[in-house]
Amino acid sequence: MTPTGTSIPKIAVSGLQKSFGAKRVLAGVELEVAAGESLVVIGGSGTGKSVLMKCILGLLDPDAGSIRIDGEETAGLGGRHREQLMRKFGMLFQGSALFDSLNVWENVAFGLIEGRGVGRRPARETALQKLAAVGLGPEVATLRPAELSGGMQKRVALARAIAAEPEILFFDEPTTGLDPIMADVINRLIVQCVRGLGATAVSITHDMVSTRKIADRVAMLYQGRIVWQGPAADIDNSGNQFVDQFVHGREQGPIRMEVRAA
Amino acid sequence: MIRFLASVGALTLSFLAACGRLVLFAGRAIIAGVTPPYYPRLVLRQFVAIGYFSLTVVGLTALFTGMVLALQFYVASARFNAESAVATVVVLSVTRELGPVIAGLMVAGRVGAAMAAEIGTMRVTEQIDALTTLSTDPLRYLVWPRLLAGLLTLPFLVLIADIVGVFGGYIVGIYKLGFNPASYLTQTQEYLKSADVTSGLIKAAVFGFVVALMGCYQGYYSRGGAEGVGQATTYAVVSASILILLLDYFLTQAFFA
Repeated sequence: MTPTGTSIPKIAVSGLQKSFGAKRVLAGVELEVAAGESLVVIGGSGTGKSVLMKCILGLLDPDAGSIRIDGEETAGLGGRHREQLMRKFGMLFQGSALFDSLNVWENVAFGLIEGRGVGRRPARETALQKLAAVGLGPEVATLRPAELSGGMQKRVALARAIAAEPEILFFDEPTTGLDPIMADVINRLIVQCVRGLGATAVSITHDMVSTRKIADRVAMLYQGRIVWQGPAADIDNSGNQFVDQFVHGREQGPIRMEVRAA
Repeated sequence: MIRFLASVGALTLSFLAACGRLVLFAGRAIIAGVTPPYYPRLVLRQFVAIGYFSLTVVGLTALFTGMVLALQFYVASARFNAESAVATVVVLSVTRELGPVIAGLMVAGRVGAAMAAEIGTMRVTEQIDALTTLSTDPLRYLVWPRLLAGLLTLPFLVLIADIVGVFGGYIVGIYKLGFNPASYLTQTQEYLKSADVTSGLIKAAVFGFVVALMGCYQGYYSRGGAEGVGQATTYAVVSASILILLLDYFLTQAFFA
C-alpha cells in the first residue's frame, strides 16, 4: 500500500474542530492522506478518533474547519451531493453494524441494490464474490447476522465495505473484540482488500499489532490535535514522548487518560 | 424568584426547541420520501406490520368498547327513560370518537413502541450510520415508509373498529338488553351521517401519522445503549398517546363545533 504520487491529497483535513457541549473533542486537526495510502490514526480511548472519522464521512457536522476529498470541500455537504460523495466511501464499523433484518448476502449487496440501483440477481453474484474474497463460502449467504460469530460478522462487514469497490475505505477499530488469530485474519484481509482495490484507507485503532500490519503512515491524536505523524516504520523511534508512551503502553508519561468518551 | 423564572424559561425554550426538531424531522422525512428512489416493498411491509398485525388487538378493544358503551348508556339513560337511544349513542360514539382514539392508542402501544425500539437499536448499533455510508438516506429508507403506512393504514383499522364496535353494542343490545334486532339496526342507521364516519377516518389518518412520527423520532434520536432505547420506547408511547388525545379535541372542534 504505497501512495500513487498525485499532487492533490485524496483527503485533506484542515483546522477541524468539533465540540459536544462544553467538551472540545477536536481542536484543530490537520491531516492529509495521499491517494493509495493507508493511514492509521492511533490514540487512547476518548481522544476523538471516532469523531474525526465521522466528520470526514459526513456523519457528524464539524463546528469549524475544512474537509476536502479529491480537492473538493465536503464539510457541510448535504442531500444528493452527500449521497454521491458517499459512493466513494466504504466503511467497516467497530461493531460491524450489519442489518439484523437482512441475511448475509443482502447485507453485502445492500449498497449496490439500494444505493446504486443494481438488480438483485447481479448484486447477489457480486456479494458472493466479495464473501469469497474475505474467505466465506456461499453457505453463509442466507444466514442472519445473529447466527454468525463476531469474527465472521467482521468479515461480512468487510465484504459489505468493499462490495461497491469504493475509492476510500474507513476502518473503525477493526480488531476490537476479536481473538488474536481472528484479528490477524482481519488485518490480512484489510491489507489484501485495500491493495486489491487500489483504495485509500483510513483506520482508527489502539491496537499496535494491527497498526504495524496495515499502516503506511501513522498519525497520533491527543487532546483533539495530531501530535505526531510519520511513516509506520518510524513508530518505534518517533522521538515523540506521546507516541513512545502509547506504543509501549506505559502508565507513566505525558498522556492522561480521558474520563469521558468523546 | 429569579431562579424559578430562569428554570421556567429554560423549560419553555427546551420544549420549543424539541417542537422545532420534531417539525424539521417530519419535514425532512416527507421531502426525502416524495423524491426518488422509492421503496414500495418497505411501505408494504409496514402496512402489514401496522395494519394486519394490529387487527386482533384493535378488533378486540373495539368489540368490548361497543359492548360496555351499550351497557353503560342503557343503565344511565334508564334514569330518564331514554333507553331507546342506545343504538344511536353507540354508533355515533364509536365512529366519531372511540373508534379512532382507541385504535390510535392501541397502535401507539403496539406499533409506536416497536418502531422506537427497532430504530433506536439501529441507532445505537450504528446501523443508521451504516445506511448513510451505503448511500442510502435513513429518513427515506426507514422513516418515510413508516409515516406513510401509519397515515394510510389507521383509517382502515378504524373502519374495522367501527364495524366491530357497533356489532359489540348490537350483541349486548339484543342478547342482554332485549332490544328488537330490526329496530336496533334502524336506530343505528337513522341518525348516522357520512360525516360521522369520515371525520373519524380523518382523525385516524392524523393519529396514525402521529404514532409513526413519534416512534421514528424517539428511536432516531435515542442514545446511550439499552437504557436509551428503553427510554425512547417509553417516550414514543407516552408522547403519541398525549398527542392523540390533544389532537382529538382540536379535530373534534374543527369538525363539529
